[in-house]
Amino acid sequence: MKIKNLLIYSIISSFFLLSLISIWKILVTLQGLKLENFNTTIIFILGFLFSFFNVFISERLNFIFKFLFFALIFVYVDGFLISKLPIWYNIGIVFILYFFASKTKKYNSNFLNNEHSTQLILFDFLTLFGIVLFSFVILFPFYMMLVTSFKTQIALLVNPLDFSIDFNQDLKELFKSYFVIFTSYNFGKYILTSTIVSLGTVFITLIFAIPAAYAIARLNFFGKTFMSTSILIIYMFPAIVLVIPLYTVFSQLGLRNSISGLLIVYTATTLPVAIYMLQGYFKSIPKELEEAAILDKLSWFGIIIKIILPLSIPAISSVALYVFMIAWNEFLFSLMFLDNPNSFTLSRAIQYLSGDAETPRQYLMAGSVIVTLPVLFIFVYFEKYLVSGLTAGSVKG
Amino acid sequence: MEQKLSNSEKRTAYILTLPAVCLVFAIILFPIFANIWISFKEVQLKDIRIPEPRAKEIIKTIPDEQNKIKIVYKLRNSSLLQEIRNVKFEDKFSDNFKPLNLDERCNYKKNKVRCDFGNWPAKYRENFEIVFEIKDSEKIDKKDIKSSKPRLSGVSDNILLNTNFTLKNFKKVIFENEFVDLLLTTFYYTFFGTVGSIVFGILTAQMVNQKFYGRTFMRSVLLFPYVAPVVALAYTWELLLDPNSGTLNSLLVNFQILETPINLLGQKYLDINILGVSFKLRLALTTVIIFEIWRYFPLAFLFILARLQAIPKDLYEAADVDGASPFQKFFKITLPQITAVISILFMIRFIWNFNKFEDVFLLTGGASGTRTLPINVYQQGFAISDIGMGSAVSIVIVLLLLLFMFFYFKLLGKRADEN
Repeated sequence: MKIKNLLIYSIISSFFLLSLISIWKILVTLQGLKLENFNTTIIFILGFLFSFFNVFISERLNFIFKFLFFALIFVYVDGFLISKLPIWYNIGIVFILYFFASKTKKYNSNFLNNEHSTQLILFDFLTLFGIVLFSFVILFPFYMMLVTSFKTQIALLVNPLDFSIDFNQDLKELFKSYFVIFTSYNFGKYILTSTIVSLGTVFITLIFAIPAAYAIARLNFFGKTFMSTSILIIYMFPAIVLVIPLYTVFSQLGLRNSISGLLIVYTATTLPVAIYMLQGYFKSIPKELEEAAILDKLSWFGIIIKIILPLSIPAISSVALYVFMIAWNEFLFSLMFLDNPNSFTLSRAIQYLSGDAETPRQYLMAGSVIVTLPVLFIFVYFEKYLVSGLTAGSVKG
Repeated sequence: MEQKLSNSEKRTAYILTLPAVCLVFAIILFPIFANIWISFKEVQLKDIRIPEPRAKEIIKTIPDEQNKIKIVYKLRNSSLLQEIRNVKFEDKFSDNFKPLNLDERCNYKKNKVRCDFGNWPAKYRENFEIVFEIKDSEKIDKKDIKSSKPRLSGVSDNILLNTNFTLKNFKKVIFENEFVDLLLTTFYYTFFGTVGSIVFGILTAQMVNQKFYGRTFMRSVLLFPYVAPVVALAYTWELLLDPNSGTLNSLLVNFQILETPINLLGQKYLDINILGVSFKLRLALTTVIIFEIWRYFPLAFLFILARLQAIPKDLYEAADVDGASPFQKFFKITLPQITAVISILFMIRFIWNFNKFEDVFLLTGGASGTRTLPINVYQQGFAISDIGMGSAVSIVIVLLLLLFMFFYFKLLGKRADEN
């Protein structure tokens, strides 16, 4: 076994342990616990010793015993030196140690004899660290959005670093921001408008897109290739360039501040995506089915209704979900076209709320939670269907 | 027979595609041409409302005369700028009404008052009165009279349709708009946002491409910033970065990394001194770019992950046999396999970031050095209310995009030839 590999492995793993425990300690201090110091040297030495001897002991001792022994020493030394920390702190430490011990399980003397073991170890620990870091960086803002919506103005100002939700208070107090935005800021109406606009867009888009996608997928006609390539080009086209002409035309036609105006624009902007996704799917349906139908003298309308639609329900529903999400999230056109609070969508309403500097931020965050939840719910629930569509480039952003 | 079939096929195809094509033409292609038209005109936001003749009806009873009623119409031209020609007025009354002092511009036929007001200049106002005598005065109800609204019509010029063209807008865009600064900011924002999101996409895809517990969950989590609504995310970030009570600043001050809080979204420059070399970092712009990377690296992640999973396993096995190190495997196998995806991603993200409006608008509103071209379209068109200027900036955006696409495809074509 190479001594160099052993030392490098021990150092890297103890750094990893150190960073995990430091993150835990930072989180703990924010909850009001006073830590005198971080005890970096002791954590580092303990981690180093554990990783070092772990290589020699490896299979000779059961993992559970090994881990328990290590955890006991660690908690005793750490707790003893820092004097009396609450039990939940130490439970957290034990969980971190378990995670760490299970990750170092596979490194034994055989592994370290490998020529590239240092690089492999570096790769492994960087991946682990990256996963922890990225989940934190992504989830933290969402978590703060939720936490802030349950706070009061005073609590926010007194301690901006309190990341906990106080569940001991009255339910009415806890959900106060939500009550306020529904009662005095009229959010019920905005949710309704957003839902109508999004569902309407889905419905109209599908009505327009299904026949067009069928024609592009199946029929031969002049301008077919031109049409299918121009779909992609139109899809790339910047929305900001459309804003001024549409604003002028819509003002003159009286379509501003109306749901129908929004429906027209949203349908037109989602159509290219919908057609593109649907025609791809229609092409994969075997042609023989339709040939039989043509012999039965079904019209194109009959073919679409009786053969194509029942076969492509998964594709149609995933397109529908996408269009719904695009319309629900849309902000630019609702900012331009709506300036009367009676016809606001949710996104526009939240932006309007924030325009008033006096609006408490917990209301803003409660609104944000309301606008985010349906989208995340749809996404997590239907993830399997949606991810493949995302790769096909269906959500523009 | 076959000819007939293919003809009917063509006809069917046109019928099926026509509605979608018409809609897309009307909403997406027409505005692009309209932009060119408007950008050569001097149009203000207030000009685009078509002038309308308007009337407000007020009903007054005359004291001591029960059987008479006075109706006052407050007439006005809604426009402050344009005249309305040939204004016509019409209002209907029930049978028992009889007008007493009808204006000479008007006549009364079949229970209808019809007037011909001629031309109204801009800002025109008039109080127009008619006194009626009513036969059964008990029956009248003010609501009944009000329910028949007067109808007015008139002809006016539409400033958008006349043919006065000017190059003023483009001159202003290029010479009076800090044009170089605008282009540079847009370029920094687009370029660093694109590169950053691709780099983080590669890192995360590489991470998730290994087997570990909770991998599918991790994949969903990584996509959250991309699918959540911008409005919610932008305001959450604003809250986190707030200089007074934001989480990030409180953390940094709490752990004594910073002495005073720093306004990450409101400060234009930050002096940085590394190893004796001092330079100015565009702070707000950097923050906005970081937000953009955070929000859009999931797209790159997803594309690259899909490509990584399609790389044949035996390539790596062969490399293992040859004793290649993990870094060698990454640079010699993985990277060459994903260059095609990266170049497509670069183009897509570059174009979309170039046109990104919402993110910057919601975070900074284009203040403190974050004014990009799309923000400028909004500022010119709606904040300064100069529609013509806004259109001219849009045209600049389209031209730059076409230029980018031209060079990009030329470069891509060259590299394809070399291979």
